Amino acid sequence: MNSLSKLRPWEKFFWPLISAFLLLALWHYSVIWTGTKVFPSPLSVLRGLTQLIHQHVLWKDIADSFRRVAIGYGAAAVVAIPLGLTLGWYPAAYQVVNPVMQILRPISPIAWIPVAIVFFGIGDRPAIFLVFLSAFFPIVVACISGVSRVPPVFRRAGRNFGLSPIQLLARVIFPAALPQILVGLRIALGIAWLVVVAGEMIAVDSGLGYLVIDSRNSGNRYDLVVAAMLVIGLIGLALDISFRRLEKAPSVRWGFRDAS
Amino acid sequence: MVFERDGQAISVLSDISLDVGDGEFICIVGPSGCGKSTLLNTLAGFISPTSGSVVIDGEAVTGPDPRRILVFQDHGVFPWLTVEGNIGFGLSKLPRAEREKRIAHYVNMVRLQGFERSYPSDLSGGMKQRLQVARALAVNPDILYLDEPFGALDSITRVIMRGELLRIWQTERRTIFFVTHDIDEAVQLADRVVVLSSRPARVQDVLSIDIPHPRNISSPRYLELRDELLKQIGLAYEV
Amino acid sequence: MKLLIRLCSLLFIALLVLVWQLTIGHAPGHLLPGPWAVVLGIVDLLRHGLLLKYVVASLFRVTWGFTLAALLAIPLGLILGWYRRGEMAFNPIAEIFRPISPLAWIPLAILWFGIGDLSAIFLIFVGCFFPLLLTAASAVHNIPAVYINAARNFGLSTPDFFARVLLPAVMPQLIVGMRITLGVAWLVVVAAEMIAVNSGLGFLIVDARNAGNRYDLVVAGMLIIGIIGLLLDLGMRSIERVKSFRWSYSGD
Repeated sequence: MNSLSKLRPWEKFFWPLISAFLLLALWHYSVIWTGTKVFPSPLSVLRGLTQLIHQHVLWKDIADSFRRVAIGYGAAAVVAIPLGLTLGWYPAAYQVVNPVMQILRPISPIAWIPVAIVFFGIGDRPAIFLVFLSAFFPIVVACISGVSRVPPVFRRAGRNFGLSPIQLLARVIFPAALPQILVGLRIALGIAWLVVVAGEMIAVDSGLGYLVIDSRNSGNRYDLVVAAMLVIGLIGLALDISFRRLEKAPSVRWGFRDAS
Repeated sequence: MVFERDGQAISVLSDISLDVGDGEFICIVGPSGCGKSTLLNTLAGFISPTSGSVVIDGEAVTGPDPRRILVFQDHGVFPWLTVEGNIGFGLSKLPRAEREKRIAHYVNMVRLQGFERSYPSDLSGGMKQRLQVARALAVNPDILYLDEPFGALDSITRVIMRGELLRIWQTERRTIFFVTHDIDEAVQLADRVVVLSSRPARVQDVLSIDIPHPRNISSPRYLELRDELLKQIGLAYEV
Repeated sequence: MKLLIRLCSLLFIALLVLVWQLTIGHAPGHLLPGPWAVVLGIVDLLRHGLLLKYVVASLFRVTWGFTLAALLAIPLGLILGWYRRGEMAFNPIAEIFRPISPLAWIPLAILWFGIGDLSAIFLIFVGCFFPLLLTAASAVHNIPAVYINAARNFGLSTPDFFARVLLPAVMPQLIVGMRITLGVAWLVVVAAEMIAVNSGLGFLIVDARNAGNRYDLVVAGMLIIGIIGLLLDLGMRSIERVKSFRWSYSGD
């Protein structure tokens, strides 16, 4: 069967390049064939990208988006991790709080924008609030899940060695739950990145999301729109990859099964 | 000992009465599901008996205690700590030099030299169990409880581990309670073998293994004792 | 004990509602509604028949967008997960597209589909396609090798293998992935409606604010969004519980 035939090392680069090339060709030719005046070709996107870099607009927008993610995400982690650990440790507390969480969680952070604007006005702060909100729930859920999944063996061994409850939490429960918490943190970071872009499209006047909307509004510069989208995608991917590196650290690597 | 499961009271252990001397090697055997592990967990203080009490050195047992360490069958070592980290786990109150000395001592005793910085995921099953024993011994307990510690290992490793355990026990003598379902293992290791009946378990018999170590597993006395045990458990001994 | 916990839950909710009522005094311009005003707002919406209309519109878009994405992404993902070379070819591209917020596609969506239903459905499609693709591929990777070897042992042909071994094996993980992605779809539809459409719950929120600062309707809309999202999630969870999927409980 196909998936078991031997893969040669160069294939890791070969196939993505082929598909990328095909995709670009498809894109390029469909622009030509449809004769569209508005939709950009790959080359014009590239040119638009260079233009953005030279005008220094891109770096400022990236920095703004980053800053909002950093503050919102950082705040969410600081609040959500202790809360999640506590809720995971005391199932009764979790069951009390859970109904509220289950209703608040499916409300799109974007839907909070009008309320956020009332409280924070337009600018950085509603965006940061949005990021905080969107990162908060995944982190809490991951912490609860991580703590409740700690095998009883570890708890017993910890108690056997005479650890107090606080020591047990710090030296056994937390390290045992850490792989799961890290996964939650990584997912939350991905969500934060999505939401900051979305928030900037509505409630702010700087950042990558704003760049996307603004490029269209001020002159139908779809080449810049697509360029901005690509930058968003690449940065999001870079964030994800760096986080996965963390998951390879030896004191958490044990928690991740090697798939494929 | 009465458990509640799914709303029904199940009597798991009844009428267990044992007297154990210091430094003895006691094996607990019995048919599957008779409550051997429950007994061990009760002795270690993880479960409270519904009636009766566990008294050690004149003191009643009220909970788990580092003076009586339980070695688990599976997944007992902490995967996020190295070998050194695991062995040193119970030693945090000691000054650094003393702790490092002790860790080194027990690494050598269980023959894990060279693996001090390795993580459990790099170790074999047998090595992980040795690590658990080292971790347990490092805190200098009075009693060691072992809950089918070799049950997850292949039979060759099991034989090797028995030898290792005996060697360690003869070097640093503690009282050992060893739960197993393997009759041969019991006869090879124990000073006395406690036979539990099926649920609700009571002490069916206590056999003294009077052969000195090292025991010849083909000697007539060994086979005699083994047959006696098999008979106690009610197993025919011709396949 | 359970009764006590239920009671505490209700008390907790009551506490939050109380805090809510007390804090709206601090909102600038006294714009934000108290809990009672929100309840009245919901009643108002029901009376004008708007609530049902908007809920149906939102659900309609989610259904279409999600179903289209699932029909395309899952088979494709399964195939890619199985054929290593295919995956190597498309994985980097999918991984670049995934972090792009569906909302960032709005200019393109409006360009291609104009303002309206199709745009919203397209956005939901984009938001669901890549996660489902990657989930399906990942599910194939997680099939224990024993199943594959056993199938080979019995000499199954490839289509047979796909139908009788691969599909059942990936089903639990797929269902969990679908539940999570459905949650994403619900988030996206609300956001999309706030920008690119003229009906639906998201539009309700924006419109209520723009046409007269009716923040009571804004918050009412948010509550309803939360409740429906919760119902969707519970619905999917009950599918997960169906016996034939339970053999591999992949957890939350």
